[in-house]
Amino acid sequence: MADVDKPRRSFLSRILLALGSLAVLEAGWIAASFVGSRRRRASTGEGASVQVAGPVERFEPASVTAFREGEFYLARLKDGGFLALHRKCTHLGCTVPWIKDEQRFTCPCHASAFDIRGEVLDAPAPRALDLFAVRIENGIVKVDTTKPIRRSSFESHQVTRV
Amino acid sequence: MAVQKNKKTIQRLIANSLILHIRPAHVPAKALRYTHTFGLGGMALVLFLVLISTGVLMIFVYEPSPERAYQSILFMQQEILFGRLIRGMHYWSANLLIGVAVLHMLRVFLTGAFHAPRQSNWIIGLSLLFLILLSGFTGYLLPWDQISYWAITICTEMLGYMPGIGQTLQRVILGGTEIGSATVINFYALHTIVVPFLLAMLMTWHFWRVRLAGGVVVPRDPGDDPEAGMDFVPFIPNLLLREIAVTLIVIAFVLVVAIVFGAPLGEPANPGVSPNPAKAPWYFLGFQELLLHFHPLFAVFVIPLAIAIAIVSIPYLRYDADLSGNWFLSPKGRRMAAVAAGTALLLTPLWILVDEFVLGPGGWLPGAAPIISNGLLPCGALAAGVVVFYMLLKRYFSASKNQAVQALFVLFMVGFALLTVTGVWFRGAGMALVWPWQM
Repeated sequence: MADVDKPRRSFLSRILLALGSLAVLEAGWIAASFVGSRRRRASTGEGASVQVAGPVERFEPASVTAFREGEFYLARLKDGGFLALHRKCTHLGCTVPWIKDEQRFTCPCHASAFDIRGEVLDAPAPRALDLFAVRIENGIVKVDTTKPIRRSSFESHQVTRV
Repeated sequence: MAVQKNKKTIQRLIANSLILHIRPAHVPAKALRYTHTFGLGGMALVLFLVLISTGVLMIFVYEPSPERAYQSILFMQQEILFGRLIRGMHYWSANLLIGVAVLHMLRVFLTGAFHAPRQSNWIIGLSLLFLILLSGFTGYLLPWDQISYWAITICTEMLGYMPGIGQTLQRVILGGTEIGSATVINFYALHTIVVPFLLAMLMTWHFWRVRLAGGVVVPRDPGDDPEAGMDFVPFIPNLLLREIAVTLIVIAFVLVVAIVFGAPLGEPANPGVSPNPAKAPWYFLGFQELLLHFHPLFAVFVIPLAIAIAIVSIPYLRYDADLSGNWFLSPKGRRMAAVAAGTALLLTPLWILVDEFVLGPGGWLPGAAPIISNGLLPCGALAAGVVVFYMLLKRYFSASKNQAVQALFVLFMVGFALLTVTGVWFRGAGMALVWPWQM
């Protein structure tokens, strides 16, 4: 009798364990979908936004224009190429102001500095400033602010040219 | 006469069935000595209850959204009777609770109250400390002023440096890539429901484990037999009166501080302008200070992980003797703890100064990759220093393991306290070193 019961009991308790784990997984899945819902909403709905910066001629070479709404700076390099730089310092996320006289971004939090291309001039920032994708359509500069693009340093292919 | 007697019976009924159901009927006379525990655990419970009662009131007024949060706090402070007082009490109880909980942990450690059967209660206590910090952190954002916005920005960015999961974790906590309405809702839910609920559950378990171990660890002199000749006294009134006294003093203290200082509320949050300097909440400034000296991978991951593992394993190490009940184990243990504290007092500022003024941003080996010059090298030196210190203790004091582990713990706690003090009072604009009166 005991010999017959044993496998049956272990079978039942295994089933119970499997069902229990399944229930925990389901509950975890539901919780994750609740917690993650805003992220999905942000990436499909209002988050996917393209900001029209303006006609190309409005931006002089070697100048930086701040766009508060999109949280980026539109930098036009000396050679006329465009970069959209995220205004967030790559060290701890402070907002970096453009210091025109020194031609550099200087972070007020830990004194990191970046040049007009977003390249690190002074540590502790570990990476160049993040980018947003720039498109030029019919002479109008447009910036896709959906998601900042991480990069380790400046490379010439990042520049959008007319 | 009959009424009097009736009243007495009711009182006794309450005493017997309610209080004595939760608390022991008799306690060891020695355990009443105030300097044995300083009543720190009880203080933490009182502060928790103050936090719950003031917090529940504020839930009726606060509106968790970036647009409404700051306004609702202003309304609470200006339009509601005692609104400023209630918020001040909540603020000061929260800050005090962090300090009291850390001191309680120190007391438990230094009186050896982590040996069996209290091993698991040490872990529960650490979880409680973690939850207390989490609740302070999640509450920090809610006023939505400049200080809260940028402190949470810095802390969540610090999380982002964790290898592998860091950025995912950061996005889940923020509910997006930046602090916004999703972040406020996340923090509000955690702060008002999830964390307090977990705290209450774990606290119950914590207290039950204390009862199971026979109350607080009983003070004894070296050589005492813990079982022999313990005097017991009734819980009522001996311990009860003392607990009531501590409760009233804590509440009075919180009231006075809240009335005199209130809770700070700065300019409303402005994502476009970072204040200079931008600092994390004071209890995380030790970590922010680490970040100024070590590569992020080490400052926010390797070092905290190593320390966490060490602290969790304290009750499970193999010790020469169970010396629970004595402050600092013995007179020699006390001397060694003093040496450790002195070493930390000397070397921590020295390290900070040398790193700031001699080495500079290039680190220990300018030209090498930052992960080596600011990470592996200084971390290796730090670890080697700790090992050397441990061996010197063993050699010159012929220290037992209990004493050596205690000295290391004191070394770490004093060092971390100094990092925190540096972050709070000695870091000015651009996180440069300044004197407190120049800030």
